[in-house]
Amino acid sequence: MKIALRVLIRAAICGQLWLAPVVLAVIETYEFSSPDLELRYHQLSQELRCPKCQNQNIADSNAPIARDLRVVLYEQLEQGATDDEILAFMVARYGEFVRYRPGVDRNTVLLWAAPGLLLMLGAVGLLFHFRQRPSARSTDLTEAEQAEITRLLGEPRD
Amino acid sequence: MRAKRFIPLVAFAVLAGLLFRGLSIDPTELPAARLGQPFPDFAQPELNSGRQISVSALSELPALVNVWATWCYSCRVEHPYLLALAEQGVPIYGLNYKDEPVKAREWLAQLGDPYQLNVVDKEGSVGLDLGVYGAPETYVVDAAGHIAHRHVGVLDEAVFQRDFIRWFPAAASPVVAVGSEGEQ
Repeated sequence: MKIALRVLIRAAICGQLWLAPVVLAVIETYEFSSPDLELRYHQLSQELRCPKCQNQNIADSNAPIARDLRVVLYEQLEQGATDDEILAFMVARYGEFVRYRPGVDRNTVLLWAAPGLLLMLGAVGLLFHFRQRPSARSTDLTEAEQAEITRLLGEPRD
Repeated sequence: MRAKRFIPLVAFAVLAGLLFRGLSIDPTELPAARLGQPFPDFAQPELNSGRQISVSALSELPALVNVWATWCYSCRVEHPYLLALAEQGVPIYGLNYKDEPVKAREWLAQLGDPYQLNVVDKEGSVGLDLGVYGAPETYVVDAAGHIAHRHVGVLDEAVFQRDFIRWFPAAASPVVAVGSEGEQ
């Protein structure tokens, strides 16, 4: 009996540990008509940004607007909307801001190009760096300079 | 190669300039996606009369559409200024956003009613179509029925004079000072 209880407790603890990552998201119950819809719900709710609490996606946010958007997302999925249609619906209302992967337009082109540009900048910098190093090093000392160094090194310290 | 030694200085100046610019940008202010589009149609009850209304009820244009709720503290701050604007002859339509109509009617009875009429949006569906993400928000609907401007947060004298006045030149005459008392 005691052993059974211990096993039960251990199982309960393990069960909770296993659940831990799941609890990070807001808990809500939606009945999906297919597991595929549920998967898409999770993907999309993590890709859509909450307009109110801007550094959270709508899956994590407790803001009322995030809840509303989750409901809309659920309803549209059940009605058979495609991912693109749902994203277009959200963007029409909240702008590209609402996507964590915004489309490329006048406002976001710099955002998309930045990694490439920075990489190129770095490459150019490195190129210059390695090109100029050897020439800088090869300046030999004149005899007078060498003598000066020897003299300085030979001076007693105070 | 003299110029090379100035590269760090230039880089610093550019970075400092960008960061300084960043100080005066409010990241919570989102560009309105609906700008330039017709005000989205709706079928909702009116707050006081209970009759069903649609977008055609916004008849006196240009007008303000003010998104408010009794649970919204800033709306209370903003309310006296809306009253002052209404007195100036600026038409204001209310969107009572995710609120209890009973509480909303009480609020208007107590604090005064600056609105031509109020759209009851208990579920927030009109708000969703507009791209509302909190209250208060105030929209300008221009003479053609298009959304011309959105302001997020408390509307006060300074904001009105800066961003709204061009649609309501008649309100340029001094707005009652009582309006700015809620300014933070």
